[in-house]
Amino acid sequence: MTYLARKKILEFIAVTFCWIVAFLVFFPIIWMFMTSFKTEGGAVSLPPSAVPLPGFAVEAIQGSNLPGWLGWLKTAVFEPTFGSYQTVFEREGYFKFLTNSLIVSVGSTLLAMTIAIPSAYAMAFAGGPGTKGILLWMLSTKMLPAVGVLMPIYLIAQTLKLLDTHLLLIIIYALMNLPIIMLILYNFFKEIPREILEAGRIDGATTWDELRRIVLPLAWGGLASTGLLSIVLAWNEAFWSVLLTTTKAAPLTTFIAGYTAPEGLFWAKVSAASTLAVAPIVVFGWLTQRQLVQGLTFGAVK
Amino acid sequence: MKKMTAAALVASALVSFSAAQAEELTIATVNNGHMIEMQKLSSAYEAETGNTLNWVTLEEGVLRQRVTTDIATKGGAFDVMTIGMYEAPIWGSLGWLEALDFGADYDVEDILPAMRGGLSEGGNLYAAPFYGESSMVMYRKDLVEAAGMSIRDMDSWGNVAKVAEAITGDGVYGVCLRGKPGWGDNMAFITTVVNSFGGAWFDADGNPSLDTPEWHAAINFYVDLLTSYGPPGSSGNSFNEILALFREGKCGMWIDATIAASFLEGDGSKVTGKVGYAQSPNATNPVGANWLWAWALAVPAGTQKADAAKGFIEWATSKSYIELVADANGWGAVPTGTRQSTYDNANFQAAAAFADAELSAILSAAPGATDVKPYTGVQFAAIPEFQEIGSEVGQLMSAALAGSMSIEDALAEAQAAAEAIMGN
Repeated sequence: MTYLARKKILEFIAVTFCWIVAFLVFFPIIWMFMTSFKTEGGAVSLPPSAVPLPGFAVEAIQGSNLPGWLGWLKTAVFEPTFGSYQTVFEREGYFKFLTNSLIVSVGSTLLAMTIAIPSAYAMAFAGGPGTKGILLWMLSTKMLPAVGVLMPIYLIAQTLKLLDTHLLLIIIYALMNLPIIMLILYNFFKEIPREILEAGRIDGATTWDELRRIVLPLAWGGLASTGLLSIVLAWNEAFWSVLLTTTKAAPLTTFIAGYTAPEGLFWAKVSAASTLAVAPIVVFGWLTQRQLVQGLTFGAVK
Repeated sequence: MKKMTAAALVASALVSFSAAQAEELTIATVNNGHMIEMQKLSSAYEAETGNTLNWVTLEEGVLRQRVTTDIATKGGAFDVMTIGMYEAPIWGSLGWLEALDFGADYDVEDILPAMRGGLSEGGNLYAAPFYGESSMVMYRKDLVEAAGMSIRDMDSWGNVAKVAEAITGDGVYGVCLRGKPGWGDNMAFITTVVNSFGGAWFDADGNPSLDTPEWHAAINFYVDLLTSYGPPGSSGNSFNEILALFREGKCGMWIDATIAASFLEGDGSKVTGKVGYAQSPNATNPVGANWLWAWALAVPAGTQKADAAKGFIEWATSKSYIELVADANGWGAVPTGTRQSTYDNANFQAAAAFADAELSAILSAAPGATDVKPYTGVQFAAIPEFQEIGSEVGQLMSAALAGSMSIEDALAEAQAAAEAIMGN
């Protein structure tokens, strides 16, 4: 076998492996999406149906005398229905939850970036021997189980009359994501050659000018990807939002929580609600995937 | 001009008066059919009183966590909350709930005595039942008759198994039962089976008694019945999943909450008019083993709007609310199991084939201590530790059903877990 042929086979195996992994990762989303178009009975039936077809085709298949080896088709087909989506929209103000998710995820990202940019700048360009230690200590706070600080935070929020407000979630999400944002921004800023900053200083640039006119434009891609990551993390957060909001500031994670039931689940309806909750962020991630990947892999290969 | 000014002043005074009277109530509830219907119909209450309702629908465990945190910190986040018959007396005795007292129009005597008793503590009613239930057998009359068999009230488990075997096939599973782990899921049903075999959670001295011949007989029967004639994946099924399967015509028999009947006979069901009802099966328990439960509305002690909250509960659990649901969706879809007047209503009797069976089951339930079970509660033991014990044992029984551990091991572990939780 020639070198080129061997290379092509290896490439084929690698690409196939990547597709399989991607499919496995995305399969729960696909299945949830498909379940949202089933009836409640269809959603819990085993073996599960997986082939959506128009009603007449489903009736034709289920009413026909298929040979034994094709018998599985009778249970594999289903007629899609929008019934669960209709129920979800009838029941609650989806758009109120969506608006709350947008406010808290964008708001917390803006607050976190406002704190993180000058901090990361200081650490990257004026850091001392303890800088890395401080960064690691900040990161270590992520290892604290959130439930461990639930009661103090709940009592503080209650005393300050912040329960069920956007401001509370914005502050908590910003502080929650701050260590990761700072670490990523620190790495981005470290990539900027110091000589450029020195040249700026020789030309009379102040610290503020350095940050505004040199560092931020050069690190723009990194800032965008870090911001996007922060929005995604805040959007998906469920622990604090479910426990600290009731009606006014409740985001989409609370919307989904409302679809769990005390004795079993309404699988089709909870799938429809979940699809509506994740759809905006999946589309957002899809549109910005290049920036996201760039941010997450920056500096990984040198 | 003067007249117009006067009219405007009067109108504005009226608006200010009603605004001053109007309250904004936050109601914590769970996601089930009748509760969702109440949300839809609550605009009538808002129009009637001027009060605004905010609904928070949460998973039962999260709801309990939120409510207990709120009560402990006197947060006042909730004005009305949905609780079950297990919590009402325990929370009431801890001072976490406001005692309820209603006007004469409410007719508290009309509430079924079993429900009033189960939601009271020390002579105080701490929650008003929104709907109540016992358990009974729901079976496909057409299939059972076609098989030349029958199901009687308080039938033997042996006959239940024979019927399940006879009607299994052609896309129908002979019997569907709860298998999903949880103290209110699989353990609610399993406890009634164990009771019917003469077993209980605790002995007369209050010690856990799970590794006993009665438990072994009951669990062996349950696992054998469900693995032989039940749907695949039963260890993941609870009330809502089985309800969906039965409505699709895929279950031949189901022993579960009586409230299911109104959904089996309701819109969209493929088995309307084909379902028969009978009292729960029994083996050796002289008083039977059908459960008793209510989803009820209560006022947490931390609220600042107790009067308005009680007013809402009075509306939502009244006879007129039941009539409102009947007007909107028909008498077959009203929340049942709470008031004698519902069962006396001729329209309800005509619309609900299950009415007599449901009322008999509720009235015959024996939540008080008996010779078989020396504690209060049928499908649960009314002590604070039960929730943890029930959840732990539920996992083990579900594992036994799924075949990932033997019944003997599951019961031995269940006994050890219960003893550890009780501090024995």
